[in-house]
Amino acid sequence: MKGLKNTIGLVVALAVLYAVFAFMIGENFTSVLTIENMLKNSTIVGLVAVGMTFVIVSAGIDLSVGSMVAFVTVVFAFALERGAGVAMASLWALVAGVGAGLVNGALIVGLRITPFIVTLGTLLMLRGAAKGLSGGNPIYPDNSGWVESLMLTKGGSDALSIPPGVWILVAVAVLAAVALRYTRFGRHTVAVGSNEQAARLCGVPVARIKVAVYSLVGVCAVLAGLVQVSLLTGGDPTIQEGLELQVIAAVVIGGASLAGGTGSIGGTLLGVLIMEVIRTGSSLIGWPNWVQQIVTGAIIIVAVALDQVRHRRAA
Amino acid sequence: MAFLELRGIGKRFGATVALEGVDLSVETGEVHALVGENGSGKSTLMRVLAGVVSRDAGSILLDGRSFEPRDPGHARLSGVAMIHQELSLCDHLSVVDNVLLGMERTRLGLLDSSEQERIARSALDRLGHGDIDLSVPVGRYPISVRQTIEIARALAVGCRVIVFDEPTSSLTLSDAQRLFSIIDSLRADGHAVVYISHFFDEVRRVSDRFTVLRDGRNAGGGVTKEFTDEQIISMMVGREIADLYPRSAHNPGEVALSLHGLSGMTKPADATIEVRAGEVLGISGLAGAGRTELLRAVFGLDPVKRGRVKLLAHVGPASPAQRWAQGAGMLSEDRKNEGLALGMTVAENTLLTTLPPWVSPGWEARAAQSSIEQLGIKTQGPHQPVHALSGGNQQKVALARLLAHDADVYLLDEPTRGIDVASKEQIYQLIDAVAQRGKAVLVVSSYLPELLGVCDRIAVMSRGHLSPALPVAQWSQESLMHEAVGSA
Repeated sequence: MKGLKNTIGLVVALAVLYAVFAFMIGENFTSVLTIENMLKNSTIVGLVAVGMTFVIVSAGIDLSVGSMVAFVTVVFAFALERGAGVAMASLWALVAGVGAGLVNGALIVGLRITPFIVTLGTLLMLRGAAKGLSGGNPIYPDNSGWVESLMLTKGGSDALSIPPGVWILVAVAVLAAVALRYTRFGRHTVAVGSNEQAARLCGVPVARIKVAVYSLVGVCAVLAGLVQVSLLTGGDPTIQEGLELQVIAAVVIGGASLAGGTGSIGGTLLGVLIMEVIRTGSSLIGWPNWVQQIVTGAIIIVAVALDQVRHRRAA
Repeated sequence: MAFLELRGIGKRFGATVALEGVDLSVETGEVHALVGENGSGKSTLMRVLAGVVSRDAGSILLDGRSFEPRDPGHARLSGVAMIHQELSLCDHLSVVDNVLLGMERTRLGLLDSSEQERIARSALDRLGHGDIDLSVPVGRYPISVRQTIEIARALAVGCRVIVFDEPTSSLTLSDAQRLFSIIDSLRADGHAVVYISHFFDEVRRVSDRFTVLRDGRNAGGGVTKEFTDEQIISMMVGREIADLYPRSAHNPGEVALSLHGLSGMTKPADATIEVRAGEVLGISGLAGAGRTELLRAVFGLDPVKRGRVKLLAHVGPASPAQRWAQGAGMLSEDRKNEGLALGMTVAENTLLTTLPPWVSPGWEARAAQSSIEQLGIKTQGPHQPVHALSGGNQQKVALARLLAHDADVYLLDEPTRGIDVASKEQIYQLIDAVAQRGKAVLVVSSYLPELLGVCDRIAVMSRGHLSPALPVAQWSQESLMHEAVGSA
């Protein structure tokens, strides 16, 4: 019940924001091209936010996602440049992303260091590794094959053209939503975040669940990385700095608590869209970047404050 | 007129009447016990007194003057302090900083440490615990000392009325004795003390008079020593509980759990025992003797250092996940922090150990509903979060997990801690029923009448060593206590 109310609230918020900007800007905002662009812009944040939702529901946090995406793009482009095929390069990218996620999970579980510190460390390490591998400069391979077309839209036509990358996000989100709500794995993830000791008492494999959720972020970062390659037509070690903050903000706006135990994939995606509508809307109005940042920051605080008020009423 | 007078107190939460026309009067130099089942309104009444919630009707007189607390801070400054089950101390701050928290003494804008220490010292002296080191962070002290510090804080601010809300639920027996002598000295000092407890022996030990609440109304009261336990219980439940402890004939079968020379990392030191299918075996002893640690080691929550464990056909230590798979289930003594995920629903908590890979909503609702009916859990439905339930119903959810799992070996750690009499009665019936169905039950409890009431055999843990288990007929409260303190 609570989840449904949360979702309705977010849908209403998104619709109101959209209507306000549509009223203020007009056709420039409601055009097919703008909608396409907003969807495209949301894809990377959305993919990573799906993984992050699992981590935050388990009462963890992953600060390394921006670096992870950059690292994945560089590994992919580097492999292509060294003569690997697209399939092989994608496999390397998968190994890089999932490996990074596994390392995060293993360090958190094995060394019993808080996720904040571990992923702060790997944020720097992965960024460094990406720069080292690429020599500090972007790599533009000649041909990225199918990966290049991930974010291609037909263009020019009036009909909405949704690129494959967005469909991948939709598919991933549906799978993740089902996994979080209707599988033992999902239930165990919530239990670990809600009360780790109780989960342990009940025989929930706490360590395995933690490693799994950080690895899941790795998988999402691989997909986001390939989408990034498509947008850039290459790999860039400096791309997506600060992605982690956008992603965490989206998850939190979506109704998750950093204390763990609550959160939903649907809410997270609505959070991503709300942030994107604000960003696109305010830039089309012509507000400078600093205004956008203040507005986005305020929205995060307002969203969480509203959530708190609702919880207190319910209690 | 008494020092503290509550007259005709009424309080509603929405459509629910929590209190109606409740009277309570407490003299100085009196310890007044407030008893009643969970949900009877004791806590609400005390929350009204302490300014946590406002009343809808009635009046409060303190020392002959009208007392209108705006919030707990105001109530405290006006002379009414409440000592909760969960202490409100800052673990990282020193003893003196905790005692003076919110009323710090300063000189020229800096903390006046000598004045602060003088106040803290004098408060602790009055409680007979002037030996506590003021500079040590509170978190390093055991819970009993922390409780003393919290009481000292109430004295330091000058409170005359002190309310204890189930203060012994997390204390060992000897720590409880120490608390009782503190309460005695508060009485001798001319304080008015209100004492909330589920334990009749405690009520007898500390109180001069008592008041019973039932369904938010006065249901009797009087001078404590003029009433029997049975009389007080019948006031509480509004009916006679003929026998709190049902006892049917059990037929012990095969050995289901055997421990041989078991020792954990710190405790227990040496435990040897056999629990048979279809019997209830109790472990008595003081808190800290190693009883909880014994269960945790058996269940794989703590490591086993030495010794042999055999559970059904399985030899050797195992993880909690393996234990559940082998057919054992454990109920934690710490319902809030380990037993339940309070933010999750009744269904989610009940079924956490029995989840199939794909959790269909239909299966979940049906399975949970059958547990709810089986245990008579009072809830709006399987999807209500557990934190919204009363303590007794929460404990039934924790027990429902073992039943839903269809465990063959039940490890129960303090199964009735902090719950009301009616729920206790149901849990005793449940323990009896599962033993009759041929399950092996190992119960750890600090409440001696309960162990004597439900167990077939009892063993006593003393400083990590487990005595042989003897039939319950050979034990009395006194002999259990002698064995526990090692003076036999």
